[in-house]
Amino acid sequence: MNKDTLLRWYRTMMRIRIFEETVNEKFLAGEIPGFVHLYIGEEAVATAVCSLLEESDYITSTHRGHGHTIAKGADVKRMMAELYGKRTGYCKGKGGSMHIADFGVGMLGANGVVGGGINLAAGAALASQLLGNGRIAVSFFGDGASNRGTFHEGLNLASVWRLPVVFVCENNQWSSTTPYRESTSVEDIAVRAAAYSMPGAVADGNDIFDVYEKAAQMTQRAREGGGPSLLEAKTYRIKGHFVGDPEKYRKREEVMEQLDRNDPIKRFVERVLEEGLLTSEDLTRIDHETLEEVSSAVAFAKESPFPEPTEAYEDLFVEAGAQ
Amino acid sequence: MRNITFAEATLEAMREEMARDARVFVMGEDIARQGGIFGQFKGLPDAFGLERVRDTPISETAIVGAGIGAALGGTVPVIDMHFADFIGVAMDEILNQMAKIRYMFGGQANLPLVLRAPDGVTRSGAAQHSQSLEALFMHIPGLKVVAPSNPKDAKGLLKAAIRDPNPVIYFEHKDLFRQRGEVPDGEYVTPIGEASVVQEGGRLTVVSYSRMMTQVQAVCKQLGDEIAGQVELIDLRSIVPMDTETILASVRKTHRLLIVHEAVKRGGVGAEIAAVVAERTIEYLDAPIVRIGAKPFPVPFSPALEPAVIPQEREIVEAIRGLLGARI
Ligand SMILES: Cc1ncc(C[n+]2csc(CCOP(=O)(O)OP(=O)(O)O)c2C)c(N)n1
Repeated sequence: MNKDTLLRWYRTMMRIRIFEETVNEKFLAGEIPGFVHLYIGEEAVATAVCSLLEESDYITSTHRGHGHTIAKGADVKRMMAELYGKRTGYCKGKGGSMHIADFGVGMLGANGVVGGGINLAAGAALASQLLGNGRIAVSFFGDGASNRGTFHEGLNLASVWRLPVVFVCENNQWSSTTPYRESTSVEDIAVRAAAYSMPGAVADGNDIFDVYEKAAQMTQRAREGGGPSLLEAKTYRIKGHFVGDPEKYRKREEVMEQLDRNDPIKRFVERVLEEGLLTSEDLTRIDHETLEEVSSAVAFAKESPFPEPTEAYEDLFVEAGAQ
Repeated sequence: MRNITFAEATLEAMREEMARDARVFVMGEDIARQGGIFGQFKGLPDAFGLERVRDTPISETAIVGAGIGAALGGTVPVIDMHFADFIGVAMDEILNQMAKIRYMFGGQANLPLVLRAPDGVTRSGAAQHSQSLEALFMHIPGLKVVAPSNPKDAKGLLKAAIRDPNPVIYFEHKDLFRQRGEVPDGEYVTPIGEASVVQEGGRLTVVSYSRMMTQVQAVCKQLGDEIAGQVELIDLRSIVPMDTETILASVRKTHRLLIVHEAVKRGGVGAEIAAVVAERTIEYLDAPIVRIGAKPFPVPFSPALEPAVIPQEREIVEAIRGLLGARI
């Protein structure tokens, strides 16, 4: 792995981590309205997978979408402004956390409906296939979503049409308060790929190198016209399901152990320092820059105006002819 | 002018639009090999190939979801729902994705997409193959909804729907597919959002659409020129956006209003029209507004039962006679 890639990975993971820590704080301070789901502890998945994508490739995301959006290349300023409900946000204050999106970098939206993005990705891949533009699509979704019909219909459709799409299931062990083992018929969600005649693989979702390696085979397959694949990234949701979740359903020790032993950023840092791939100066510099970047995003969000009430009546339809 | 069927008219629209714009494709169950249940896709694969005329798995959720994604990816999908009744399988895709995407993402994306939904009663289809569901979609902001009543509008509205950069649900009545009618030669588009005043008259406005429009026209014929001549007949054509100005102008002239649709009367399109007229021009009314719609029951199977639920010509005759004689 070349140094540039490693630096980029670290920057993206830190950008997500600091963004999320900041959102957590600002939400609890009452500055951010709505429902917010944090991606802390899962950064390696979006970072590795999106580092395999071109800007013109597509992703679809979930209610837990900040990490995917950042990894796909969105600007944290406009993201933060959206979370604050401001006019300068990506969705002009109409979306918020659960509907964060940046179509300009192929990020086709977070989704408030679990499993809602899976077929949108298949469809974007279908468009690429029809238009022959070489783009591929990636759908990120949780273990919980893999129990929805959208998952099963979408994988079947993608398989019979050999669509250039990679399905990335982020198995963070929990769907809200329910452990995946209690709600999911298989130990490894990846085995469901077999039912739809596509490759399935399990990656250690907290080892960015492993996610990258396995996802690379799948994105390559998609680009070469080989059709879809299913990657299950085993990871862990460090924070509650949403900010403010009392988390009565799991033991604090479980979380502490994960943080201690399995934090994807910590694991990355340990490895790159141990193997002499990056220096601690490299990392510290990125830490500072990223902290700076996110705090100026907050300042930007706070300074930005709210939309006028009449802006609620815009953007429902586009005028004919604008297609 | 040519005399062709409703199905042929929609087929012409598909052919013309697919030839005009290479991004347009169509997918659905049994549309390529079978040509659609009502023959409305016959011959399209020969002209455009199986890439652009796609048979799908029986996966309505995936078809509609993928259609939305494909629209976001730069194509213009036309999706056939097989029967409008199956739209429930893809309801989340319609309600939470299709209707919301443009708005909730702040106008970042256009969603040029047409959902074709064959609806209404035909040949004793019974409860799960006979519904008229337009009111459900009228209620959801972010969707356009049209329902043509004749071959000419069927073609013009389908072309307009395909060209519209917004999602359009195109209800096509199953019993109308074989109806014949005059269709202009050459290129034309019927604008979405414009009602058509089919017949002018001075004493009663009748608003209808889809198959019931043809019933109302048949009734007017039966009633003879003297009565029918007093009726101003409006074919709504588009349910969203609705051409309320045409309706209001007509009611201000005639002072009486009858609304006829096949869908359930309760909470139907007629209720919306009646409310708009009451809100905006009640002082012009010389008689109570009358609505005719299906009784609030599933559509029963037996030919002896179906007419007890679905509006019949007799009801329309009585309503017209009653309104023309009525005074508040
Ligand atoms: C269709 C649907 N059902 C239920 C919910 C409520 N809900 C939001 S997130 C969530 C859990 C999702 O679990 P998973 O897919 O594993 O993703 P995670 O939250 O773990 O990232 C639930 C039940 C929803 N948003 N959509």
